[in-house]
Amino acid sequence: MAGDRIRLAHGSGGAAMHDLVARVIVPRFGGETLERLEDAAELPDIAGRRLDQGRLAFTTDSYVVQPLFFPGGDIGKLAVAGTVNDLAVKGAEPACLTLALVIEEGFAVADLERALDSAAATARGAGVAVVAGDTKVVERGAVGGLIVNTAGIGVIPDGVSLGADRVREGDAVVVSGTVGDHETAIVIARGELRVAETIESDCAAVHGVARAALAACPDARVMRDPTRGGLATTLNEIAGAAGVGITLDERAVPVRPCVRAVCDILGFDPLYMACEGRVVAIVPEDAAEAVVAAMRAHPLGREAAVIGRVGGRRGVYVRTAVGGVRPLVMLEGAQLPRIC
Amino acid sequence: MTRAPAGLDVLRSQKVAGALVERIRALVDRPVSLMEVCGTHTVAISRWGLRSLMPQELRLLSGPGCPVCVTPVSGIDRAIAAARLPGVAVVTFGDMMRVPGSSSSLESERAGGADVRIVYSPLEALAAARAEPGREVVLVGVGFETTSPAIAATVVRAEREGVRNLSVLPLFKLVPPALEVLARVPGRPLDGFLCPGHVSVIIGARAYEPVAERFGIPCVVAGFEPVDILAGVAMLLAQAQRARDDSGKAEVETQYRRAVTPEGNPAALRLLDEVFEVCDAEWRGIGAIPRSGYAFRERFRAFDAVARLGLPETRVPDESGCVCGEIMLGLRQPPDCPLFGTRCAPRTPVGPCMVSSEGACAAFHRYEMSGGADGR
Repeated sequence: MAGDRIRLAHGSGGAAMHDLVARVIVPRFGGETLERLEDAAELPDIAGRRLDQGRLAFTTDSYVVQPLFFPGGDIGKLAVAGTVNDLAVKGAEPACLTLALVIEEGFAVADLERALDSAAATARGAGVAVVAGDTKVVERGAVGGLIVNTAGIGVIPDGVSLGADRVREGDAVVVSGTVGDHETAIVIARGELRVAETIESDCAAVHGVARAALAACPDARVMRDPTRGGLATTLNEIAGAAGVGITLDERAVPVRPCVRAVCDILGFDPLYMACEGRVVAIVPEDAAEAVVAAMRAHPLGREAAVIGRVGGRRGVYVRTAVGGVRPLVMLEGAQLPRIC
Repeated sequence: MTRAPAGLDVLRSQKVAGALVERIRALVDRPVSLMEVCGTHTVAISRWGLRSLMPQELRLLSGPGCPVCVTPVSGIDRAIAAARLPGVAVVTFGDMMRVPGSSSSLESERAGGADVRIVYSPLEALAAARAEPGREVVLVGVGFETTSPAIAATVVRAEREGVRNLSVLPLFKLVPPALEVLARVPGRPLDGFLCPGHVSVIIGARAYEPVAERFGIPCVVAGFEPVDILAGVAMLLAQAQRARDDSGKAEVETQYRRAVTPEGNPAALRLLDEVFEVCDAEWRGIGAIPRSGYAFRERFRAFDAVARLGLPETRVPDESGCVCGEIMLGLRQPPDCPLFGTRCAPRTPVGPCMVSSEGACAAFHRYEMSGGADGR
């Protein structure tokens, strides 16, 4: 691997992370399920045993956000919602979670309680039980206060089958709401910008939105939650796995003015900014309006929109607001603020 | 909800842009080459897909407009040398992090345990120095005339406050001397400079008059929204046509009137003159350009990180095999380089134009090609 140390770019969701996962991690374990690199593993059986109905979905994720508490959420809510979302976008009904804590020496118990209350409320709201856990304490300064890991199990109902391989030319790309809210909220909450405005993270469990979309269109091709790397990275993963082209209409992608303004200042592109409460769905074109309507009927999908189409040259492209066309490639690492 | 503020509506309007594109098409009746010399223009042209709207005969060349890209390897090496010293915190703008020096980058140094911090404003470096009096805080001073006044202001403030543990690695560059070099490049006709908006807010549009007068190259100072850039291109084309038809003189025009005056910002210019004196400077990929950089004046020399920390001068041969120099001079386009998209990519940059997101090659790679080296 280029260089012999882990850089922050290796955790950014971009090309550097994909490279690390594909070259250093996955080959050591192998296996068809792991190699699919989906948000959650779909398990038709476990050690040869099958469920009477549906298939198991299984996933895990670690949460390392700074600051731990931010407008619209906190690490507890994020840790539960993130794993619920990974299950939900596989079409699974989330069932139960494990929750593991790595706490730093000196961390305020009141803050821990606050994060856990938030995690518990999010779990209750999503109808998932926390059924096992773990607690470790490490030396001061080691983990920035608190790291949370969750793993989750859900059940994919019979008749639901989502996967990038099902994407077809002519399909529509739908997003359930504005993009980039979470990462912008974090950038502002870090206080490095001194932006007067605040914006709430979209951090939320989106199983309800995903369920509504699937109910409106059981034939939906694939769903994802565009977290690290944002919409652009997620669509690149889908386009790459499906071997198709996708073209977005920039004017159709919902972006809050505050997100756009912060991105303009820093030289960021909202299409690469992380969301934590959005669903991207690729659906047959004739079902697109029904999916948008179903999402909009849900409180977390009010600004759902059709934002693009599958077809044309391989890769992901965007028709810009002024009518030009450019590719949306996968970035190497996180976007870095520019000089001027 | 998703609507931008009223001004931006117009500056990003497909209707207005479409009318300007029509105008540009009507003005191009032969091969024309225009050059932008500002990384923000480079990125905006790519980011809005403007090349895909231009007529075939109009070439938009990207000059050395990215201050990070033109920072010499020896400058990066000095920043790295500072980061390796005990008790030193190196403070930098984000886009310097991944730029390769001769054997490492600030990002790699940080991964190896060095204290390297990203800031958005030079004042954060001053705040860090105040907060940690036991640490030597070194600000990597990269930038054109847009950035240098803020750093000069920081230094003046540090002096006034008696902050003694802050220094600056001076790697600043000046735009007008580079334009004169670009204007003189043989073998490449140039029909106009799209002059940088932010830099011109500071130095004023008049700063380009010598270039227009001495070299007969039309100059238009343009803003950064897509409609600004298209309008600037149309103004350059109209001026070039006037010059041909009525043998008119090349001149400096300002499209970006909402921010740029002929004189610039006198307070910022005074501040620059107070803290810095003009010196020769090395531009990565191009070489030495006389009177194109800033050094600390005697009174502020205590803030010069090179002298203060004894940062060594490394002599590094420029990269072999990449044609960044020729790209920045407008002689070639990024896809013309044999390394582009293969050995030289954003993950493994070889040449200066790939190292920063605002470099011509990086912008091309990110915005104008995908799925292999099929960039146009």
